[in-house]
Amino acid sequence: MTTTATRPGGGGKARAAIAARTLRTDRWWLAPLVTFIGLGAWVTYATVRVFMHKWFFVDEYHYLTPFYSPCITDACGDAAMFGTPLPKFFLLPEAAFTLPFLLLFRLTCYYYRKAYYRAFWLSPPACAVPDGHKSYSGETRFPLIFQNAHRYAFYAAVIISVINTWDAVHAQTTGLGLGNVILWVNVIMLWAYTLSCHSCRHIAGGRLKHFSKHPVRYRFWTFVSKLNTRHMQLAWITLGTLALTDFYIMGLAADWFTDLRIIN
Amino acid sequence: MKRHFRVWRGDASGGDLRDFDVEVNEGEVVLDIIHRLQATEAPDLACRWNCKAGKCGSCSMEINGKPRLGCMTRMSTFEENETVTITPIRTFPIIRDLVTDVSFNYEKARQTPAFAPPHGVAPGEYRMQQVDVERSQEFRKCIECFLCQNTCHVIRDHDENKPAFSGPRFFIRAAELDMHPLDALPDRKEYAQASQGLGFCNITKCCTEVCPEHIKITDNAIIPMKERVVDRRYDPLVWLGRKILRRDQLSDDNMAPSTSPGVAGTSGGVPSSRARLPEGAPVGADGHMDIAELVAPLQGGLSPFGEDITFPLPPEEVTYNHPDPGRK
Amino acid sequence: MSTRIERHLYDVVVIGAGGAGLRAAIEARLAGKRTAIISKSLFGKAHTVMAEGGAAAAMGNVNSKDNWMVHFRDTMRGGKFLNNFRMAELHAKEAPERIWELETYGALFDRTKDGKISQRNFGGHEYPRLAHVGDRTGLELIRTLQQKIVSLQQEDFAETGSYDSRIRVFQETTVTELLLDGDRVAGAFGYYRESGEFLLFEAPAVVLATGGVGRSYKVTSNSWEYTGDGHALALRAGATLINMEFLQFHPTGMVWPPSVKGILVTESVRGDGGVLRNSEGKRFMFDYVPDVFRKQYAETEEEADRWYTDPDNNRRPPELLPRDEVARAINSEVKAGRGSPAGGVYLDVSTRMPAEQIIRRLPSMHHQFKELADVDITKEPMEVGPTCHYVMGGIEVDPDSGAALGTVQGLFAAGEVSGGMHGSNRLGGNSLSDLLVFGKRAGEHASAYVDSLGSRPKPSKVDVAAAAEVALGPLVREGGENPYTLQQDLQAVMGDLVGIIRREGELSDALKKLQELRVRVANVSASGGRRYNPGWHLAIDLRNMLVVSECTAKAALEREESRGGHTREDFPKMSPEWRRVNLVCSLEESGEVHLERKPVPRMRNELFDLFERSELAKYLTEEELAELEAV
Repeated sequence: MTTTATRPGGGGKARAAIAARTLRTDRWWLAPLVTFIGLGAWVTYATVRVFMHKWFFVDEYHYLTPFYSPCITDACGDAAMFGTPLPKFFLLPEAAFTLPFLLLFRLTCYYYRKAYYRAFWLSPPACAVPDGHKSYSGETRFPLIFQNAHRYAFYAAVIISVINTWDAVHAQTTGLGLGNVILWVNVIMLWAYTLSCHSCRHIAGGRLKHFSKHPVRYRFWTFVSKLNTRHMQLAWITLGTLALTDFYIMGLAADWFTDLRIIN
Repeated sequence: MKRHFRVWRGDASGGDLRDFDVEVNEGEVVLDIIHRLQATEAPDLACRWNCKAGKCGSCSMEINGKPRLGCMTRMSTFEENETVTITPIRTFPIIRDLVTDVSFNYEKARQTPAFAPPHGVAPGEYRMQQVDVERSQEFRKCIECFLCQNTCHVIRDHDENKPAFSGPRFFIRAAELDMHPLDALPDRKEYAQASQGLGFCNITKCCTEVCPEHIKITDNAIIPMKERVVDRRYDPLVWLGRKILRRDQLSDDNMAPSTSPGVAGTSGGVPSSRARLPEGAPVGADGHMDIAELVAPLQGGLSPFGEDITFPLPPEEVTYNHPDPGRK
Repeated sequence: MSTRIERHLYDVVVIGAGGAGLRAAIEARLAGKRTAIISKSLFGKAHTVMAEGGAAAAMGNVNSKDNWMVHFRDTMRGGKFLNNFRMAELHAKEAPERIWELETYGALFDRTKDGKISQRNFGGHEYPRLAHVGDRTGLELIRTLQQKIVSLQQEDFAETGSYDSRIRVFQETTVTELLLDGDRVAGAFGYYRESGEFLLFEAPAVVLATGGVGRSYKVTSNSWEYTGDGHALALRAGATLINMEFLQFHPTGMVWPPSVKGILVTESVRGDGGVLRNSEGKRFMFDYVPDVFRKQYAETEEEADRWYTDPDNNRRPPELLPRDEVARAINSEVKAGRGSPAGGVYLDVSTRMPAEQIIRRLPSMHHQFKELADVDITKEPMEVGPTCHYVMGGIEVDPDSGAALGTVQGLFAAGEVSGGMHGSNRLGGNSLSDLLVFGKRAGEHASAYVDSLGSRPKPSKVDVAAAAEVALGPLVREGGENPYTLQQDLQAVMGDLVGIIRREGELSDALKKLQELRVRVANVSASGGRRYNPGWHLAIDLRNMLVVSECTAKAALEREESRGGHTREDFPKMSPEWRRVNLVCSLEESGEVHLERKPVPRMRNELFDLFERSELAKYLTEEELAELEAV
């Protein structure tokens, strides 16, 4: 349509010579900074906790922290519900089967990708602020092309959410305390986050061309779409509930405080 | 009340921010200020605009560093003593002042395969359900202001990606057609990945942030397209199936010539033109002339002297005075 | 300054890239003609995007009683019987096909339950008739046509290796003059806005689709492009304009805040339940139903409110009267001191339906008020008033082919720039279908005309040189007036003296002032160079605005009656005698505007039969009625 490309004497192809790298006057650096601090703090906490190898289980009430679920090494003791096929080793997390998939699920999540590409990789730090890198190939090659595997991490995350639900149910057999409530809140939020996933939205119905021919999947898609608009909030909420659940159980296991019991 | 503005003025050879103090009245938008400048201090200040109602997408500019429509940025959103800086959009070559050469977008538009009407469905017989067209309708709200294209760091900060990357505007176009209930082209996903550079997108969502129509570009178009690509490309079972059934070639029947009864038996689609090829001698991206040169009634560009002149000219029609070195 | 002129050869040159222009270009290309599209702004930005309501076509999807005859009747009624009947007939008959065709280009209209194109109610239309997409139908239409052109270019690319080989868009290019070879069109002369370089198109057929003239008015919904270029080009080429006195003032334009003054509030706000109130809170439209419409409109608020849910058994609310009636009513309320602070009246949907429903049915209106005016229409009423919106008059054309009448050959016109179709007042939704129907016809017949030619006309070098000199004039002249000041003065003259309500004294005053302006415009100068210089561009356009304004003022002075878009305070009645008269403008050798009366073509008898005699009696003279009785 346009003809400027082939027209002789159509002028140079230079961009406007604007000296400032960005002319934004608002505090555009605030959001990436908060993300950087938030994610950094959480990862540090989680790493420390995963390699502590203790204070993860409250025997009396069957509280198991999600960071150690399912517990499958020889260090588990009574927390093991699916056997202990792995030996005890300080580099091996107790939830060795699930943690890598959970990590993968969050790492390839469409929201977290935005968050860490902006806050950690500065590509770009904020809109209309220059990229921190000279060259850029996006997610077209190794290793970032594996971001496309998000869907498989989602399948794994569903299974893990089932296990977490089982943990909550199992803990329920001993009565009801504040720990149970925290476990349930965590599990519900985890489900909400998992189901609000963009891949889930696609699988639920997004891939269809004709919604009108699949009314049930359309309703499911509508439901997931509603959740999906809150994917970012849920991503942060679950980071919070995970850390809180873990911390509460750590405190109980270490006898820093006792569980507030409602029944029994 | 007068307020302080800085407006970038210049062209491809260079330019800088100029200071202006302009009267601002209640209820005005940035484009009003540009117009006041044109009517008073700077009559030749170049700026695109049309509808002044956020419907045509012409007045894209960067206001205090943010890509925005001039007509949709109310002056009341700034502090009274704040300096407002207005610059052209950065990603595209400058023409003059606030006007840039956005031809990149029109070139990319031409490369996106068009809607392919379903075979054997007569006009008037199209039946679609509202729930099926709604997703595509969202993308058709696009007013082509190209702010998303401008803000996308893939080309904003890396000019070298321009050939391989179509940008958010054309991802939503691909998504629109892929979700169109009656589009007959079997596969646009492969195209989006291979030719539009969908993989370059790292979903940092700036396109969605700047969209004046509030189209959820990332959540509703780019991510679903990425997922659809995963269906085809990265799903091991589907991949195997396609290899075995050889269903990975793009069909080309969307390029079937269109037909029209025309008037008085003038058949459709048949070039019966008497005019020469209009272009000079267009060269493609590879620097070669395209094949149309050979079938054109006349090769090469038009004569700058007009068609009706043949050389050599008869001597009596040439005005020529032989220099006489002896005369002063 | 260089006067290098780039030359191009085409079969059909389409000036204007709005709906009509694009549709004409598609048709010319489908007929195998090399086609150029010339657009003053970027491709796809034309004013058509502003049309919100929809495209009227009697498809009968929502109410099966609808058919072309009803649509024809509504159109004639709306235009107060001054319409060119043949155009109205073709329009009503062909509109559905044109809409369906758009779907094959990829358009996605809103759907009915059974999957057909949904249709909505609109002022002046008896049945729900407007195919629509939310309230951004114009955008859908232009985008669809734009994408169809791209798809044609892709076909050409597949065949020839060049996208531009058969259809090429010259965007940001302005045509300043048409070139003739004797009486035949030989080409067009213009410039690239971007570089200021000149171009010459050699083409035996030119289709004008340049839209309207709204920029000559202070309060207008039109964009800067609407400077009457096509009207002026046609006049100078020897064509004629008809009925230029009929301008439609859209009743509901935004009046607050000042920056958005004139921007439209779509009629569907009223179609979907919005009501007009004055500062006393009164729903005043019930007082303004004219006798000719008495039968079709509700008399009480209760009946009007029932209509929204049960249109078959109730009469429609008076808010849905044709646009001119509503505009005049608002004007009278404001003049009587019952207006809003900003000089308009209140249009209220907030008390009529729940917020979600407003957002769903009027998404872009909600968006527009929120973003532009910081007004939440779900919570408070809008302030609206009349704004110059559409010109019913235009180039006088042959109804079937769109060929311009007058002395010129090879000139075609379609869309707003052509006249006759809408009579004295256009119904909402009829313009989008008008674009498609007559755009197609103009493209088709321009192609046929090219085929019928023996030899190609050639533009003369003298004319080209003269056109270049005129275009460079404002840059060469020193010390002349600022074009922006001149435009403001012109807008003031037209807005104040040739506005909605007109008087003889004011009109002759306006003509005098226009004469003065003409001298000043001839002396306009622009600073800066040729590269993208808006001051220079405006200086060139001023000449067009001026000559068209003169036609409007002259015709308005001549027509001594009130009808549709022309209201004379001194002649408030509609006169059956004047219904038989078209006012035709042409340009004399000296550059003076010449006005003459021509009879309106007589409608065929079978079309008269579509109307009740009692209705015809309101419009026709005794003599005409007697003649009808005799048949």
